[in-house]
Amino acid sequence: MEDRTFIVDIQEVSKSYRRGAQVLPVLDRISLGIPEGDFLVLMGPSGSGKSTLLNLIAGLDHVDEGRIRVGDLEISSLSESALASWRAFHVGFIFQFYNLIPVLTAFENVELPLTLSGLSSKERREHVETALRLVRLEDRMDHRPKQLSGGQQQRVAIARAFVTDPTILVADEPTGDLDRGSAEEVLNLLEGLSSDLGKTIIMVTHDPRAAKRARTLKYLDKGVLADAPETALAECL
Amino acid sequence: MLLKLLWRNAFRHKLRTALTILGMCVAILAFGLLRTVIDAWHSGVEAAAADRLVTRNAISLIFNLPLSYHEKIRAVDGVKRVSYGNWFGGIYIDEKNFFANLVVEPRSYFEMYPEYTMDDFQRESFLRDRKGCVVGRKLVRRFGWKLGDPITLKGTIFPGNWEMVIRAIYKGKYDSTDEGVLFFHWEYLNETLKKTSPRRADNVGFYVIEVTHPDRAAQVAGEVDQMFRNSRAETLTETERAFQMGFLSMSEALITAIRLISLVVIFIIMAVVANTMIMSVRERMGEYAVLKTLGFGALFLSILIFGESLVICGLGGGLGILMTFPVADLFRQQVGDYFPTFIVKDVTLLLDAAAAILVGTAAGILPAWRASRVRISEGLRRLG
Repeated sequence: MEDRTFIVDIQEVSKSYRRGAQVLPVLDRISLGIPEGDFLVLMGPSGSGKSTLLNLIAGLDHVDEGRIRVGDLEISSLSESALASWRAFHVGFIFQFYNLIPVLTAFENVELPLTLSGLSSKERREHVETALRLVRLEDRMDHRPKQLSGGQQQRVAIARAFVTDPTILVADEPTGDLDRGSAEEVLNLLEGLSSDLGKTIIMVTHDPRAAKRARTLKYLDKGVLADAPETALAECL
Repeated sequence: MLLKLLWRNAFRHKLRTALTILGMCVAILAFGLLRTVIDAWHSGVEAAAADRLVTRNAISLIFNLPLSYHEKIRAVDGVKRVSYGNWFGGIYIDEKNFFANLVVEPRSYFEMYPEYTMDDFQRESFLRDRKGCVVGRKLVRRFGWKLGDPITLKGTIFPGNWEMVIRAIYKGKYDSTDEGVLFFHWEYLNETLKKTSPRRADNVGFYVIEVTHPDRAAQVAGEVDQMFRNSRAETLTETERAFQMGFLSMSEALITAIRLISLVVIFIIMAVVANTMIMSVRERMGEYAVLKTLGFGALFLSILIFGESLVICGLGGGLGILMTFPVADLFRQQVGDYFPTFIVKDVTLLLDAAAAILVGTAAGILPAWRASRVRISEGLRRLG
């Protein structure tokens, strides 16, 4: 039953992949509701379907069965091009390997998604400067990704993710490639975006330290939502 | 942002891009030069006037026509002027010093060919001296001649040493006018033949007919040929253009080969640029997936890739076009003696530009198609 109080509502979603003649089920009739402003962490062993579920929520892939609603829109029925337009304004992405465009400066990387928004150049500049100030990189605006540390690059990626003020932020192992100090800094930022700005964040991680920051923790195992094993929960507490 | 991104992408691998631009430059340069060689070959045809006809022996150019035809042709309705001459085929010192040399009835001939311009005094001086000759500026530059210099041509068709003096130097009125020809008096040839080979005297190799209006060319040609039908020497009269084309058809296979080579050059560079673009796009597939993730569509990616390909080809093509002029000059200095003219035409430059755009567009098709079809999850995996 659809619940309008959730910003993300997942109903009976299944997904499988084909490898030749073989069909590999990845998600099996998953149902999940995520309230607005939640900081949800998805954990689980490798191959459990965490990233697949994240991709489906973010509109990067199509469901085989079931429905996904984000905000007021059921995205599971959208075409490829409609999904692309929707993503531009409703989803902010943070990847494990930052995925910044190497030939663009920090400023230009953050400005990139705004070029689809129809804002004027002056408005874009204001948005980008605010976003970079929030991630404390206002003095690195003209640096290219190669000139930044891993942590700094991930902070630029976070600025790029929220500069369009998206409905949800999705993060796939955002601390997976960072040292402890940089990881803490990134997690503090994400936590701040959730608690201070009310952003809805959905994060996939293996890192118990990252999971500790979650307001909601979900555990995925073999394509179904399950109770987290005691050991995993203990590490997060 | 789009322009910034495509420009920076184009110069991401500086060496690779520089080499591709260099390749494009050389290809466009070669294409332009080969086109110019073909144009040079055709320059005689282009220089032909619409109101001039050439009458020759119907069997072959190597057979002569009687001088007596002159007055008969002049009497045909629609004929304004008639001149005549022979291909002399003389050698100056050595066979490698080849240039065209003709014996003509000078007064009528130069009236009919106003594109050969010369000083009035020199013209009169030449007309008065039966052993005088007129040479083009190109020959003067080539052999370092000056007015008053004696020249001896060794006859091949008309044996003997033919001595003459340079009385006039002509220059071409148009770029397409051949400035590499020597003309001397038909009377000099004919008077000499009367003494040495009387049976060959009073014959001409060709008549040139100027008609009152180009529209009457076909009628005049028909009437002239009809007049000498069933005679000892039947005639074939055609427009000067058709006459020149007849010479060209002898070397048509070579011209076709040059044309094919110029197209092959473009095809090869197309493959080189396409390869560069495919390599670049394959390396950046992850970035294209990121752009798609952020909401950029296939059109944006296609413009990005086509734009990059066109930037590389545009720079290479532009450089090639700029280089065409100095290289054509060099080419002209080295082998220009073999061509009446060697001029890079505007249409050649337009073809160069069109070829660069064509290569840039064609080379981008496959990479753009691949990038626009990349699955986001697969592309992102490449980045990991």
